[in-house]
Amino acid sequence: MKKSKIIMIIGSLLLLGLFVFPLWNITLEAPQYPIPLGMDIHINKFSDTHEFDIKNINLMNHYVGMQYIPETIPEFKVFPVVIGIMVLLGVIIGFTGNYKWYLGWFILMSALGIAGMYDFYLWEYDYGHTLDPHAIMKFKNPDGTKMGFQPPLFGTKDILNFTAHSYPMPGAWLMFSGMMLTFIAFFVGKKEAK
Amino acid sequence: MKTFIKSIFLFALSAVFMVSCAPSEKKGSKSNKGALAGNAAEKVYVAPGELDSHYAFISGGFSGQLAVYGLPSGRLFRVIPVFSQDPEKGYGYSEETKPMLMTSHGFVPWGDSHHPDISQTEGSVDGRWIFINENNTPRIARISLKTFETEEIIEIPNSAGNHSSSFVTENSEYVVAGTRFSVPFPQRDMSIKDMKGNFSGALSFLKIDPESGEMNIAFQIKMPGFNYDLSHPGRGKSHGWFFFSTYNTEEANSLLENNASRNDKDFIAAINWKKIEEYVANGGGKKVPANYAHNTWDDNSHTATSVMKKEVLVVEPKDVPGAIFFLPTAKSPHGCDVDPTGEYIIGNGKLAAAMTVHSFTKLQKAIADKAFDGDAYGIPIIKFEAVNYGSVEPGAGLGPLHTEFDTRGNAYTTFFISSEVVKWNVKDLKVLDRHKVYYSVGHLMIPGGNSRTPDDKYLVAMNKITKDRYLPTGPEVCQSAQLFDISGEKMELLLDFPTIGEPHYAAGISADKIMGKDGKKTTKIYKLDENTHPYAVKSEAETKVVRKGNEVHISMSMIRSHFSPDNIEGVKVGDKVFFHVTNLEQDYDVPHGISMIGANTSELLIMPGRTTTFTWEPKQIGVWPFYCTDFCSALHQEMQGYIRVSPKGSDIPISFTLDGDIPGAEEE
Repeated sequence: MKKSKIIMIIGSLLLLGLFVFPLWNITLEAPQYPIPLGMDIHINKFSDTHEFDIKNINLMNHYVGMQYIPETIPEFKVFPVVIGIMVLLGVIIGFTGNYKWYLGWFILMSALGIAGMYDFYLWEYDYGHTLDPHAIMKFKNPDGTKMGFQPPLFGTKDILNFTAHSYPMPGAWLMFSGMMLTFIAFFVGKKEAK
Repeated sequence: MKTFIKSIFLFALSAVFMVSCAPSEKKGSKSNKGALAGNAAEKVYVAPGELDSHYAFISGGFSGQLAVYGLPSGRLFRVIPVFSQDPEKGYGYSEETKPMLMTSHGFVPWGDSHHPDISQTEGSVDGRWIFINENNTPRIARISLKTFETEEIIEIPNSAGNHSSSFVTENSEYVVAGTRFSVPFPQRDMSIKDMKGNFSGALSFLKIDPESGEMNIAFQIKMPGFNYDLSHPGRGKSHGWFFFSTYNTEEANSLLENNASRNDKDFIAAINWKKIEEYVANGGGKKVPANYAHNTWDDNSHTATSVMKKEVLVVEPKDVPGAIFFLPTAKSPHGCDVDPTGEYIIGNGKLAAAMTVHSFTKLQKAIADKAFDGDAYGIPIIKFEAVNYGSVEPGAGLGPLHTEFDTRGNAYTTFFISSEVVKWNVKDLKVLDRHKVYYSVGHLMIPGGNSRTPDDKYLVAMNKITKDRYLPTGPEVCQSAQLFDISGEKMELLLDFPTIGEPHYAAGISADKIMGKDGKKTTKIYKLDENTHPYAVKSEAETKVVRKGNEVHISMSMIRSHFSPDNIEGVKVGDKVFFHVTNLEQDYDVPHGISMIGANTSELLIMPGRTTTFTWEPKQIGVWPFYCTDFCSALHQEMQGYIRVSPKGSDIPISFTLDGDIPGAEEE
């Protein structure tokens, strides 16, 4: 079997890591939380870093009127199906397709990834900005606008007494690596075709 | 590489040299200034945010409780309520904890706690449970070292003054309970002056369940009517034996200070419990009627249950020949201590100048040779010379009370009368060092002291009198503990720290054995999912108020920072209102409290996931508030509610709301 095919198939299969490992993690540090509160985001669920963390994040957040982190969101139904299809598609292309298809798969996956990140951003924005008008504590930005509590999409940010960290987890790293492999597979395939 | 090792060696050597030359070192042992004399301050300084290396569990004596300190800092972390009510924690006040203090004499709100001892596995303290005895109304308690709460209290029948207790064998097979005051066995109406020969002293062996830790009296040995003062288990080669010191072998019933001090020698009772265990397993002993309370705590229902037991198995010494012997020991011995090897049994003759050291090897030979010197009530008395290894040289001190050991073959003995701790070598019986203590020291503690593996860096001496050692606080001043560093040749006094009640006796253990290396071994919260309390609520939607005749049962929840429900109406004068309160938090270190104006009881302090109950019998009409008593959060001050109390016979129905709605109504 051609090297490019093997790389393409392995690359696609690495996406299966998303069914095992979390995609993203948000961690909140504060002086009274020497063990920080954390939430893992999987493609199909939210989970506690330490038992009851989400419950305790909700409890903290209710003081500023933030909504509870929902038990589930519609995306958790869609994501696993999309990823499943993409893995299947990638493997089929790997076995049967032309190397040009590899690039096609990569572009499609990148587009889906960006859409996913955008969706995540929208949810975060809503989560951080749609606040209970009867919130116990209301804060304003220095410019007089209402303060939001949106966690960063990527990176670290101070929000009142908390420092919020938002970083990819092994599921995402496996996905990125897999996507890079499919991209490499394209060039390897191109070389092999000459 | 070689030069590197050499230079490290030289560096180490020079460090040793410098330390031994430091002038402070010698002063340290003589001066009473402790910290000022050397680098003692550094040795006890635990910087902010750092943790102590050891736990010290120091009995509260007449406070009835057990206090938890850190070593080397001497900081007090927690007072575990055991035998006395504690309104701060609601212990003995809440409906759930009241059964813990039930006895055959009814509810007893106070106790006199004495000798804590930690469970052991293969001769080392394992940090699972700590046992402690109550002297006044004879009881033994078991405290979990996961939750630091009292999980079990068992009453000891046929006993009075439960003093020579609660010491644990080296695999936690048994915890023992001895009798200080001999009494009629079973109790009966008789003339006190007929005591001699008619009283008995029960020595009880309580089997410990290896999984749950639950205690049950396996057998009671009906011993002659002496006073049994202290005890310790054999270990290593002497595992299977238990040794109890006795006083008042004169069997005096009045003015004991004179009449119980006539004999130059009293006894250490040596008991081969393995032999008695075998005898009992083969159907030996006699079940006799008794009446004693067995109280157990359940961490799922968060409730104690008290059961009265009606029978106990009694063993007569004469029925198990070869199992019990008396070893003559200098005058009214207090502590009865066994060294880490199990070979030496030390009788601390508190009214003698000398300490008696017996040999376990000699004891076995004496038994084989029948080297007896008569008997006492049928129990053979071993010839003194046949069992005695030697005595600690006269003039060692006055009034020896208690001895513990290090792993280097040394013993450390407290001397009450001369107020000092004396270090001596167990093998050659020579005194090596002595240090004043301030004042009138009772027991001492080396972490793991009652085991094969003492953790021998620190020694804590516990003093009955402090006089001028602290700022005066009126006629009653604190009692205290004094911490010594015993890692060097000379004992070095590091720290004085005050204690609660009377620091009667203590047990210590290295912190990692209790915390685990990652700090995860101790309980952080109780899981709501596992709460089986009949009035537990798992969410606010389940909270409610129900009337049953003149009883009103409130199933209430608490979470940062409100109660649910927090407005209740329909309660009437003459009702008995039960507050069954569940803390819905599942976060570490977020307890909430609750108290109700005019309630004739204590507050409740409720840990996350736990349900606890108090009662309130309103006597006046009006609108009465309740509130959270533990500063729980930024909105703690707002955590409050009202109950409307209407006149007797009023027809206002029960209603309950949170923010104007029936809790949970919105979600439906």
